[in-house]
Amino acid sequence: MPRLGYAQRWAAAAGRWGCGLLALLLLVPGPGGASEITFELPDNAKQCFYEDIAQGTKCTLEFQVITGGHYDVDCRLEDPDGKVLYKEMKKQYDSFTFTASKNGTYKFCFSNEFSTFTHKTVYFDFQVGEDPPLFPSENRVSALTQMESACVSIHEALKSVIDYQTHFRLREAQGRSRAEDLNTRVAYWSVGEALILLVVSIGQVFLLKSFFSDKRTTTTRVGS
Amino acid sequence: MAGVGLGPLRTMGRQALLLLALCATGARGLYFHIGETEKRCFIEEIPDETMVIGNYRTQMWDKQKEVFLPSTPGLGMHVEVKDPDGKVVLSRQYGSEGRFTFTSHTPGDHQICLHSNSTRMALFAGGKLRVHLDIQVGEHANNYPEIAAKDKLTELQLRARQLLDQVEQIQKEQDYQRYREERFRLTSESTNQRVLWWSIAQTVILILTGIWQMRHLKSFFEAKKLV
Repeated sequence: MPRLGYAQRWAAAAGRWGCGLLALLLLVPGPGGASEITFELPDNAKQCFYEDIAQGTKCTLEFQVITGGHYDVDCRLEDPDGKVLYKEMKKQYDSFTFTASKNGTYKFCFSNEFSTFTHKTVYFDFQVGEDPPLFPSENRVSALTQMESACVSIHEALKSVIDYQTHFRLREAQGRSRAEDLNTRVAYWSVGEALILLVVSIGQVFLLKSFFSDKRTTTTRVGS
Repeated sequence: MAGVGLGPLRTMGRQALLLLALCATGARGLYFHIGETEKRCFIEEIPDETMVIGNYRTQMWDKQKEVFLPSTPGLGMHVEVKDPDGKVVLSRQYGSEGRFTFTSHTPGDHQICLHSNSTRMALFAGGKLRVHLDIQVGEHANNYPEIAAKDKLTELQLRARQLLDQVEQIQKEQDYQRYREERFRLTSESTNQRVLWWSIAQTVILILTGIWQMRHLKSFFEAKKLV
């Protein structure tokens, strides 16, 4: 093996350090983010989502069923080793916070397998770590000025306002979908029932007539 | 000698670049699996004049190596976005990695559908596709470092801009809520009207059919000389 020159050895060492550092960066809980998704879950179906999470990251999973049947779904959250962290059957809405105990792929699944013909619309919000900071060099040690910390607290308050608005919108969507269902059902049912009523009453009369129109009529008054 | 020395260096350099690429393209996003011709749809209920940015990245399952390939050229995803009235807002084919943007002009449920129509997939029976997806709506879609650089804003100005964007989003959502509440109220009033008219109509039909039945049967029995 020919001896590597000084420059090559230095470059090789730097390359190893670089790889090590990058690997370390991937492991250190860095800026995360949130994924908010609304999707349709067909009947007898199960849909799973995965995310790679670093150790020590605080995560929150929140879900809500918007339309469909009894507005419930099964939810299950597993860690990279397959251990079940959260499992609930037929829940309408829930929120679960956990801290990732190990690095790897976390999996959460929504199941509608207990339902035979209703498909459901499910909303979930998976928050991993903190939101990415506004400035790339946010990790500075110097304290924020009063204006800046006021801005930060207003920002957090507005985030929670937007969050409440989202939940309100989802509940209102539930109520509105029920009201629209009711409206269509009343329309179809009233027309259907009027028809049935007419058919049954006319049918009754003809049926009764048919009882009396057989050949041997026992009670015939004989005219004098 | 220089050539042999650089060999291991090159592989390490490639590995470092791969790690960097994984980091840069956000390998830590949410992902899910879809089948070859399967279509996945997502719903975004948004107020009007809201921008939505979606980023996705696909990886194909390699049956021999039992691993997901890092990136597959030639893999295509078709993205279709429909507005609440069912009209198609966006319908485009992107590569294996793509970014789609649209702005809503009607408030309501927009449907974003993704499906793969790559011909290469047809060769792998039962092939799976891993799709990394990230959808950002409204204020979250803004890229603040870019805005700061473009408009040359100080830190405080940038923070104020972020707060303004957030408040604007809240205002839009409130307007949308007012529109939804109006629709809800119209639906409820329509149901109320229908129930009222239906109950009156039912009673009238019932009485009329009862009268008709009795008259018809009476004349029938009289004709039969039973009464």
